[in-house]
Amino acid sequence: MASIAEELAEKQQEISVGEFFERNKHILGFDSLTKALVTAVKEGVDNSLDACEEAKILPEIKIEIEEVNDREYKVAIEDNGPGIVKRKVPEVFGKLLYGSRFHEISQSRGQQGIGVSAVVMYGQLTTGKATIVRSKVKEKDYANEMRITMDTKKNEPEVLDEEVVLWGGKEHGMRFETTVKGLLRRGKHSVFEYLKNTAIVNPHARIEFDRDGEKTVFKRATDQLPEKTEAVQPHLKGIELGTLAKMAKNSKRRTLKSFLKHEFSRISYSKAEEICEEADIDKKKNPSDLEVEDCKRVLKAAEKVKLMAPKTDCLSPIKGMLIKKGLKNVLKGQHPEYYAPPSTRDPTVYSGNPFQVEVGLVYGGDLPKEGSVKVLRFANRVPLLYKKGGCAVTTAIKNIDWRIYDLDQRGGKGMPSGPVVILVHVASTRVPFTSEAKEAIADIPTVIEEIEKGLRECARSLRTHLNKEKKRRKVKKKFTVVNDILPMIAKKSADIVGKEPPELSKSMTKIMGVVYIEKGYEWNDGRCKVDIDIMNYTPKDKDMNLFFEKPYPETELLSSNLEPDYQGDHLEWRLEGLKPSEKKKISLEFDGDLEKDDMAGTEIYIEGVTETKLIGAETLPDDWDIELAEIEERG
Amino acid sequence: MTGNKEDRYEEALEELKDIAKQFYEQLEDGEVPNMKIPTRSKSNIELDRRKGVWRLGDSKTSRSAKKLKSARMLLRTLYMLELIQDMIEAGKSSTLREMYYISEGWEKAEFSKQSESDSLAEDMELVTGCLREDFKLRPEEDGARLIGDITVEEINRKGDVRKINCRDDVGDSGYTIPYNVESDKVTFSDVNVDFMIAIETGGMFDRLVENGFDESANALLVHLKGQPARATRRVIKRLSEEEDIPVMVFTDADPWSFRIFASVAYGAINTAYLSDFLATPTSEYIGITASDIMSYDLPTDDLSKNDRKALEQELEDPRFDTPFWKEEIETMLDINKKAEQQALAKYGLDYVTDTYLPEKLEQVGMM
Repeated sequence: MASIAEELAEKQQEISVGEFFERNKHILGFDSLTKALVTAVKEGVDNSLDACEEAKILPEIKIEIEEVNDREYKVAIEDNGPGIVKRKVPEVFGKLLYGSRFHEISQSRGQQGIGVSAVVMYGQLTTGKATIVRSKVKEKDYANEMRITMDTKKNEPEVLDEEVVLWGGKEHGMRFETTVKGLLRRGKHSVFEYLKNTAIVNPHARIEFDRDGEKTVFKRATDQLPEKTEAVQPHLKGIELGTLAKMAKNSKRRTLKSFLKHEFSRISYSKAEEICEEADIDKKKNPSDLEVEDCKRVLKAAEKVKLMAPKTDCLSPIKGMLIKKGLKNVLKGQHPEYYAPPSTRDPTVYSGNPFQVEVGLVYGGDLPKEGSVKVLRFANRVPLLYKKGGCAVTTAIKNIDWRIYDLDQRGGKGMPSGPVVILVHVASTRVPFTSEAKEAIADIPTVIEEIEKGLRECARSLRTHLNKEKKRRKVKKKFTVVNDILPMIAKKSADIVGKEPPELSKSMTKIMGVVYIEKGYEWNDGRCKVDIDIMNYTPKDKDMNLFFEKPYPETELLSSNLEPDYQGDHLEWRLEGLKPSEKKKISLEFDGDLEKDDMAGTEIYIEGVTETKLIGAETLPDDWDIELAEIEERG
Repeated sequence: MTGNKEDRYEEALEELKDIAKQFYEQLEDGEVPNMKIPTRSKSNIELDRRKGVWRLGDSKTSRSAKKLKSARMLLRTLYMLELIQDMIEAGKSSTLREMYYISEGWEKAEFSKQSESDSLAEDMELVTGCLREDFKLRPEEDGARLIGDITVEEINRKGDVRKINCRDDVGDSGYTIPYNVESDKVTFSDVNVDFMIAIETGGMFDRLVENGFDESANALLVHLKGQPARATRRVIKRLSEEEDIPVMVFTDADPWSFRIFASVAYGAINTAYLSDFLATPTSEYIGITASDIMSYDLPTDDLSKNDRKALEQELEDPRFDTPFWKEEIETMLDINKKAEQQALAKYGLDYVTDTYLPEKLEQVGMM
């Protein structure tokens, strides 16, 4: 079997010529100095991530930026991907619109950029310097390094020199180093922001950023690679006329009917015939003979004929758990108080293209309380930094009256404000961008609608959380009553009447009326001690099941004062006959390189206590697999 | 409220201990400790027709340990009780302000404002039927001043009786009313006045003193010092009842002064449970009225927003529900003006004693 690098090489074929792009830098994302630097990094990082995932490698990407002259930077990007076979290196880096993915209809980052060759060209045009590329594939013991420039008139690479080097034990990977004119900024539209956001939606990647020696590492938050996206055939509904014409021209099929059946998704022979009839074109016509007018008629016919919706299983959403992990990984310094369970909507279709929306929402902690909420936009796991105002994500956010979810929003219109970060990810085989620059998602009603639905799901969770917090604070006050004040009332009154202090449990439970759960943590060298206090402050005996979510499935339980009745991804205890005002303590110790923030979102679930009488824990969600017998609540 | 001093303290202590006993028993029964306190609000005062004073109605508020705020009040009640017990045993007393500071050592029961501790002391008077003096608590403000031909016999710190004539034995500032004006401390003899004038402001009190109005009109002058202290009101009541001296009240013409009169005459809402003890329902208001502003053409200020609001509240206040007050309040709202007592100086320093007061006193049949 050919190596992955060889396989990729097969797909890498010439697609277009590109002197045109030299005059259209804005489409490529090089229209300002700041943006040029972001784009250079983005093209490199996107490539690296795509290549690693395709080769099922957990990405390790290093970005170095060094100011070499005024407004001139050396940018180097290195990965641990499969590498590129030597003969293909010049074309990948020295030829515009050359890439493995350009023909495919799949959810990939690549569709968002023009390719790393544009960076090479930009560097060459602005600084006159060549790009140094180093690549090593697994099969070779050495790496190839070459200096490449581009003949912009012919769109052909020129290799200035090349050599064979040893790459210090590195098994495989790529590195390129190019010098570009640019401006390294901090803030909203910076390289740092781009990498930070990239880390959020790519929690499986380790990203290291070295800026003039100042190093930032976005650690890997999961070892789970994204599910591989499948390349799918285009759907006839929604395809562009030009694409159809090009496909027809290049098709090896001999009849229109066969072309429709084999090169488009969800078209049977009988459907193909129906389309030909409707379009009034001979089904036996050779597709390469189709005129543009014929193509138009085919598209019109496709509108009339009932076609099956395209397949949607070709999309690879990030999914709830990983969105949460990614957000946590990057935001933990701000200690958010709440991560709403992310919403991953079911895939759906806009004009023939499958797409899927995911939304995450983070609240509180040290996130800024003043000003608009922060919005992180992503398309196919690539951060969108520009054109926020003209983006479907922004439209969807503004469509919602956030006041009903307890956020501030002036007049119930526009951007809400408060300590909130909203993440929206749109995955699609063809993300509907507003322009060629691919910086914002177009206001397509079905897309906006899906985003809105996702936002509302998260917003509802937030509201529930805020209500719970309110209630918890209220109960916390009562806690002061029963723990501090009531015993003092008892002692003082007993002193005054000259008797022993009375037994307080009954009065206490009458004041509280809840089961109160409290957890506390203690860290020591990657080990974590967890104390769970369960207090029955109801006037009745209580039976309950307690579920504790481990921070990671592989986290090891070292010890527990109370043997769990179940151990797996979570721990489970059956607590029986807890008397009024009786307290029980579960003390656990975990190992597994744990940090403070790993424990932040771990939940305790309780079964057997109604929600209104439970403080400090959640009632067990319906979808939780329960292995213990159902129990009835007594109180 | 009469009887031997020591007995009174013992009695108060017993009453207070009953509160602690109540909490103890509630806890013993597994209940949430609570106490019921008569509601002190405008909606819970009613007229005692026989005595002509306004006192507290039957409505009660429950204070239960279910809520943090009230639980804390219950604990404070016990702390205060303990403090009182200690003071009685040690033969000491403290001012309300001192008690507020003492509470800093009460941990969770500490007061955050003095108004809270003052109010709790009032609650305890209310629940036990005792006076805060019986709890060894006293206000820090001194009572106000008296000038006129009466003789007061006061027992001083050494236990000796001092006889003080409030005209001849005092300086220009008069006799200062002590905080305890009960008969075990203060008695009256040789009363040679026809009536008394209770005056709101110090400026006007001094004007009347300088003009010798106490002698020329044979009057006892009482300085109210704004909203009068309990001792001041108690002295007025005792002089009115025991010595049969008619009481005239002379204040500024504004809504807050009307309330000063109401508290002297009918009792204050906050201390309505003490009205029997403090209010002098026979008091006459002699001015300055809203109508005086017009008939004497006095210099004025415009009513503020708060003034108007206060007047409107007074229209709802049962204590002002008389034709006289309704008309005065409405007149003031109509002209939208208020005036100070000293505005009378517009016509000269002697005008108040030569003209205004004689005219007003004549209207009520006093001169």
